[in-house]
Amino acid sequence: MTKIHVTTTVNGDPAEFLADPRETLLDALRDQLGLTGTKEGCGTGDCGACSVIVDGVLVCSCLMLAAEAEGKTVETIEGMAGEELHPLQRQFIEHAALQCGFCTPGILVAAKALLERNPDPTDTEIRYWLAGNLCRCTGYDKIIRAVQDAAAEMRGAA
Amino acid sequence: MRYHKPTSFTDASAIAAAAPGTLRFLAGGTDVLVQMRAGMVQPDDLIDLKHIPDVGEIRQTADGGWRIGIAVPGVVLGAHEGLKRDWPGVVEGMNLVGSTQVQGRATLAGNLCNGSPAADSVPGMIAAGARVEVTGPKGSREIAVEQIPAGPGKTNLTKGELISAILLPPRGKNGGDAYLRFIPRTEMDIAVVGCAVNLRLDVDKIIEARVALGAVAPTVILSEAAARAIIGTTLDASALQALTSAAEAGAKPISDKRGTAEFRTEVVGVLARRAAKIAYDRAKGQGK
Ligand SMILES: Cc1cc2nc3c(=O)[nH]c(=O)nc-3n(C[C@H](O)[C@H](O)[C@H](O)COP(=O)(O)OP(=O)(O)OC[C@H]3O[C@@H](n4cnc5c(N)ncnc54)[C@H](O)[C@@H]3O)c2cc1C
Ligand code: FES
Ligand code: FES
Repeated sequence: MTKIHVTTTVNGDPAEFLADPRETLLDALRDQLGLTGTKEGCGTGDCGACSVIVDGVLVCSCLMLAAEAEGKTVETIEGMAGEELHPLQRQFIEHAALQCGFCTPGILVAAKALLERNPDPTDTEIRYWLAGNLCRCTGYDKIIRAVQDAAAEMRGAA
Repeated sequence: MRYHKPTSFTDASAIAAAAPGTLRFLAGGTDVLVQMRAGMVQPDDLIDLKHIPDVGEIRQTADGGWRIGIAVPGVVLGAHEGLKRDWPGVVEGMNLVGSTQVQGRATLAGNLCNGSPAADSVPGMIAAGARVEVTGPKGSREIAVEQIPAGPGKTNLTKGELISAILLPPRGKNGGDAYLRFIPRTEMDIAVVGCAVNLRLDVDKIIEARVALGAVAPTVILSEAAARAIIGTTLDASALQALTSAAEAGAKPISDKRGTAEFRTEVVGVLARRAAKIAYDRAKGQGK
């Protein structure tokens, strides 16, 4: 089968790979680029573990073909921390907003996308925004509190 | 699988017309990729429509209507002030589709052409009197949205045909529309029943109305009887009663794990009443 040559920017760095036409962006990130922070929970858009930001828009990388990433800018969990952890990452640890951690990269990426649009969300807004991110462990409350505290911290810093 | 990236609708149509096996168009991919993954559909040819110029644009037309590109995702519709002001019911229907992540990709055309009787954006489009521009081997034509669905998973588009734009009519004065659906939770579920109402007032009296019912028949349906029940009224108690009865009578639902036929029939009446009240308030300029 003919492979498709894909050129993208991932977490600020140019990335190139050859994709099978049926390959998802999720598989390309994990298997070709070695970025295994993005997780596969369902592969069908239901769980959000595969959340990434493409050209500024939060999407499920399992619902996008790798070939569709041509010329796009992709942000994954690996690009979130700088020298230090992102406030969201720190607050998730602080609040113990994770247990097994499988949902965490997707939730962090999704929460970051929310706070970029809405620096001061209500609990309800956070819950609706994260409705497509499933967590089997925490019961969500700690996640909401961690996002609120990270938001407050980021507002304070700005 | 061959992955195509045509840069015009004519080329997309030509590739589709010549495709020997299973063909799918790729807009947001939120149905296509799920079906591929589940092994339900294995396309031989997949035609990505997002490289055609202007497919991501929303434009107001000369007559005051709207032309929506076939790759415009829900998140962009939901952020468009002009469209939300004119057709809040259409926008709220599309915005109910899936999660934030799904909204980043999913389109009106994909929702319509996937052919689900429970598709959340379709009742709103039908009630609004939306039309689609269809491009095919013989050129392009315009048809009403309600002419597209043929049954679960099926459309009336023929080989080589695809939708090249969604067209909403001018809102005009004193109009309002609304869409409501019932699901057992607040987010991320498939409509058990849906209903959209679009109407126009002359002072307090309804002079035009369209009512569309979702998930209560093999396709989304336009109920003329439900519309007749409220035209000429001020949406008083007896009009609401007549609307309820007409919507219930128009419903031909099945029983499945998400709801029995009896339940769906009752709920479609309730939703019709509530959606009509919201549309009426919006037409009066009192709604959101
Ligand atoms: C987690 C999740 C939750 C969802 N929740 C909902 C929900 O609440 N309500 C709901 O209604 N749907 C829901 N969906 C289904 C789906 O997101 C919608 O139907 C969406 O609008 C499909 O649009 P798309 O652009 O992604 O379509 P695609 O997957 O790209 O295409 C869908 C179909 O339409 C055809 N098609 C696409 N564009 C055209 C065109 N221009 N001309 C002709 N044919 C075309 C394709 O060939 C394909 O058969 C959900 C999906 C997921 C994964
Ligand atoms: S793996 Fe993509 S949503 Fe579950
Ligand atoms: S921490 Fe285990 S799924 Fe969320």
